[in-house]
Amino acid sequence: METKAISPSAVTTTAHLPQLHLPRNEGMELDLDWVASVQANTSAIERRAATLPGRRSVKKEYQAAWLLKAISLIDLTTLSGDDTEGRVNRLCAKARQPVAPALLSKLGMSGLTVGAVCVYHDMVPAALRALEGTNIPVAAVSTGFPAGLSPYHLRIQEIRESVAAGAKEIDIVISRRHVLTQNWQALYDEMREMREACGDAHVKAILATGELGTLRNVARASLICMMAGADFIKTSTGKEPINATLPVSLTMIRAIRDYETRTGFKIGYKPAGGISKAKDSLVYLSMMKDELGNRWLQPDLFRFGASSLLGDIERQLEHYVTGAYSAQWRHAMG
Amino acid sequence: MTVKDIFDTMDYGPAPESAAEALAWLVDMGDRFGHFIDGKFTAPGETFASKNPATGEVLAHISQATQADVDAAVRAARKAQAKWAKDAHARARALYAIARLLQKHSRLFAVLETLDNGKPIRESRDIDIPLAQRHFYYHAGMAQLMDAELPGREALGVCGQIIPWNFPLLMLAWKVAPALAMGNTVVLKPAEYTSLTALLFADICRQAGLPKGVVNIVTGDGAVGEMITAHEDIDKIAFTGSTGVGRRIREATAGSGKGLTLELGGKSPYIVFDDADLDSAVEGLVDAIWFNQGQVCCAGSRLLVQEGVADRFLGKLKARMATLRVGNPLDKCIDVGAIVDPVQLEAITRLVDGCNEGEIFRAPGALPEGGCFYPPTLITGLSPAATLMQEEIFGPVLVSTTFRTPSEAVEIANNTRYGLAATVWTENINLALDIAPKLVSGVVWVNATNLFDAAAGFGGVRESGFGREGGWEGLSAYTRPKTKAKALGPVTAFTGEGNPVDPLDRTAKLYVGGKQARPDGGYSRPVYGPRGALLGHASLANRKDLRNAVEAANAARGWAKTTGHLRAQILYYIAENLSARAGEFAHRIDEMVGGKTGAKEVDASIRRLFTYAAWADKFDGQAHSVPIRGVALAMKEAVGTIGILCPNEAPLLGLISTVAPAIAMGNRTVAVASEAFPLAATDFYQILETSDVPGGVVNILTGSHAELAPTLASHLDIDAVWSFSSTDLSGAIEKKSAGNLKRTWVNNARARDWYAEDAKAFLDAATEVKNIWVPYGE
Repeated sequence: METKAISPSAVTTTAHLPQLHLPRNEGMELDLDWVASVQANTSAIERRAATLPGRRSVKKEYQAAWLLKAISLIDLTTLSGDDTEGRVNRLCAKARQPVAPALLSKLGMSGLTVGAVCVYHDMVPAALRALEGTNIPVAAVSTGFPAGLSPYHLRIQEIRESVAAGAKEIDIVISRRHVLTQNWQALYDEMREMREACGDAHVKAILATGELGTLRNVARASLICMMAGADFIKTSTGKEPINATLPVSLTMIRAIRDYETRTGFKIGYKPAGGISKAKDSLVYLSMMKDELGNRWLQPDLFRFGASSLLGDIERQLEHYVTGAYSAQWRHAMG
Repeated sequence: MTVKDIFDTMDYGPAPESAAEALAWLVDMGDRFGHFIDGKFTAPGETFASKNPATGEVLAHISQATQADVDAAVRAARKAQAKWAKDAHARARALYAIARLLQKHSRLFAVLETLDNGKPIRESRDIDIPLAQRHFYYHAGMAQLMDAELPGREALGVCGQIIPWNFPLLMLAWKVAPALAMGNTVVLKPAEYTSLTALLFADICRQAGLPKGVVNIVTGDGAVGEMITAHEDIDKIAFTGSTGVGRRIREATAGSGKGLTLELGGKSPYIVFDDADLDSAVEGLVDAIWFNQGQVCCAGSRLLVQEGVADRFLGKLKARMATLRVGNPLDKCIDVGAIVDPVQLEAITRLVDGCNEGEIFRAPGALPEGGCFYPPTLITGLSPAATLMQEEIFGPVLVSTTFRTPSEAVEIANNTRYGLAATVWTENINLALDIAPKLVSGVVWVNATNLFDAAAGFGGVRESGFGREGGWEGLSAYTRPKTKAKALGPVTAFTGEGNPVDPLDRTAKLYVGGKQARPDGGYSRPVYGPRGALLGHASLANRKDLRNAVEAANAARGWAKTTGHLRAQILYYIAENLSARAGEFAHRIDEMVGGKTGAKEVDASIRRLFTYAAWADKFDGQAHSVPIRGVALAMKEAVGTIGILCPNEAPLLGLISTVAPAIAMGNRTVAVASEAFPLAATDFYQILETSDVPGGVVNILTGSHAELAPTLASHLDIDAVWSFSSTDLSGAIEKKSAGNLKRTWVNNARARDWYAEDAKAFLDAATEVKNIWVPYGE
């Protein structure tokens, strides 16, 4: 969590914004030679991913601190057809205070919040109201989420309306068909236009990796989206049959590393869907730390798209504090 | 550090695995160990300390075995062997029980291994111990299948096994499991630095109800290894360790009739092509050279990267090296542990400090105080001529150079005395499957590295040793044919003073490079028939003729790349031409050896040619069922150039029975004809000349076996020597073969029935199994 001293008004509005201290990705010309040279060896990536949990371990106070860090990186999310203002209020209340104050103070911490709240466009005003007075940004999924197949001009318009409504982050979905047909120019142009529509709001490009077929496609799509100005690349909508996985994550963060080496821009990463256990979040954190460095353990460059992860982390934290295994109902629901 | 501090720094903290249970086991065992002989631990004798290399703490006291201890172990093994060999199913049950117990006590084994050896607990827990279990499960199955699948084979008897310190339990498993499965009993010596898991294994053998004497473990230093090697009642030695010691063992066992397999050093190439997934290839290097602190015989220690991507690749590699964590091996968050012993640390330090070429990059980050630690190190910009590109370092030190083309990569990769393993990274299947067979090594990993499994054979070529461990191919190292051979008496040439049977002099020359060549020395000897008639003269080849023949053979290496179909066609053609002149050859044999066996021998020779023509395109490799998404292709490759001392007693059939299988499999041969009866072989030149056999594939010399054998066996550009000579040269050949550790197949003064078909034995000797691991998936 960034805790730089800035003016109080700024704290309430911008402290959690992505890339507060970093130049924003300007993108670059589409470089198809680079795209064509991208390789991703699936079995090698899977082997690396399979050994990751066994290579790193954090215990005791380190584990507690890392789990608190994970909380600060969560995009607490509700994306259901039955969302209502009441539901969003409840979620936002949890976002403000993800861990019971008593527990948090025993851990020597205070003021912890999640990274952002992520909702559909219609819920943006409710979320903004519920988060008033905090510095937690509201992210809106957009562009015909989750399939991204509504009329193109409406998808662009949807971004503009969410930004106008006050969303500081826009999670767009790419047109998977552009990847599947290797129409990189179309993917680049689409991403460019969506980035422009976002204005000052930061854009997370959802690749829907579970629908891209191969890791090579994931790597190439990641690169195109970064070339076209994405601030974050994100695995999934949470609605595909397969969401965030470690092999997909390795592939995407290696693309981020290459992009930084080439352009100097740091791009954020957001795995979404399927990360529900505290232990999984630790594996992700160590992967980010080892592959990209500590800088990617801050909310401007890393987020978990998760809804049930927080509950498991709370139970682990209580176990750390009390030494007794916890129960789900002892922690406030979101 | 408070939670708040850590929240800000996001450092890793300590995550130690508890050593309590392992230390408690040591205390229970009295902290002093004797040997495990005949099912019991002996009282400790004179002991030495076994230390934890990460801390220098003494873990236990280990006994130095005496000759009496080794004798007792061998006696116990001998006594137990016959009964153990009787019931294959009982052996399967015992091996299964051992596998289960290894699994049940897996954490104890892992912690003890890490304490003793210094390797990270992740590796002992996730790699060494599971692979050891797998080896016993796999070979429980081999025991069960032995009667059905290996009907003509039986156990060798008592096996002496000497294992290294880098994978103490895993190397034990690789040695013990196949030996036991095939009905052998063993006397095993662990390395003196790392005896503890072998002693725990002994404890497991008791729990598994293994009959006493089947497994015996004696501890101590190299002197104990020498006692085992020299022991007269041991039938086979299996050794894993350095090439230097392997060479000494080859010399020490020469002529003893003991079987021998050696798994020795390496300087394995790790080739990265410009179309590779570079990030994955970098990660592969972590598993290649920083796995077990680089103390791995098959470590990918020689990086060859294509010039166009070299800078990018090395940049990525250095960045990755910066995130390697060196430290307490028992910590679950450590990548690189301790070097096994101060002696080894000293050796690594000396080698690297002596390097005054290239650029040395050491991973940043502090090393733990005390203990034997060495930082992950990369040396770039070396040429193949650099010492460190040739010498094995056996530590966490990677050396590297660049190449321009695939053929240059192969050339540099093969520019080594070793030939254990190789790694190839490319996304191009055409390139990968083209390169893999060209690499001189026993194992090739494509887009992966250091993959092991009981189902795939492991072992080297050249000075990395011989024999395979694992897979079907590994069983031949622990079995022999059931047939009992008779002693082979000397077969001497006839003498005489008679007149020539043919007044027109026909001087047989040597056959080198497809041409008849006069002997360098300019000497010939008369060949007489049984009643003293002068049949002709045979050239006396000397060492220079042999040198020329080897050069001709090596120039014909393209033969190995021809198709099996083509080689079959040529063998059939030889048979056809021999058949056309059958009467003449039969007559010649009768004239030389007396009697009327000539026609029978010629007929058998034609049949033999048909047999190997048949096999030329049918001696298939296997696709091993290894537990990855991928395949391990066990490909049978030609051994190379084979020197053959042909049997005296069957002048034509002996030549054909040895040369035909060799060339059928793609080898080139330098055959020394029957010394007593050389003229059938010299007559055979004309058959070869008219049968489309490329020059150099078959070279035939005549002369003294005893004189030529040492040159043949010591020649560094010959890959194997076979001796069926009735002159007993077995010991001399085995001893001289140590120079380049060529494969030897000698008769130990035992006769062979040349009329009996034994194609499998010859085909096995004529081939090496190379396991090419190809993981796949998109």
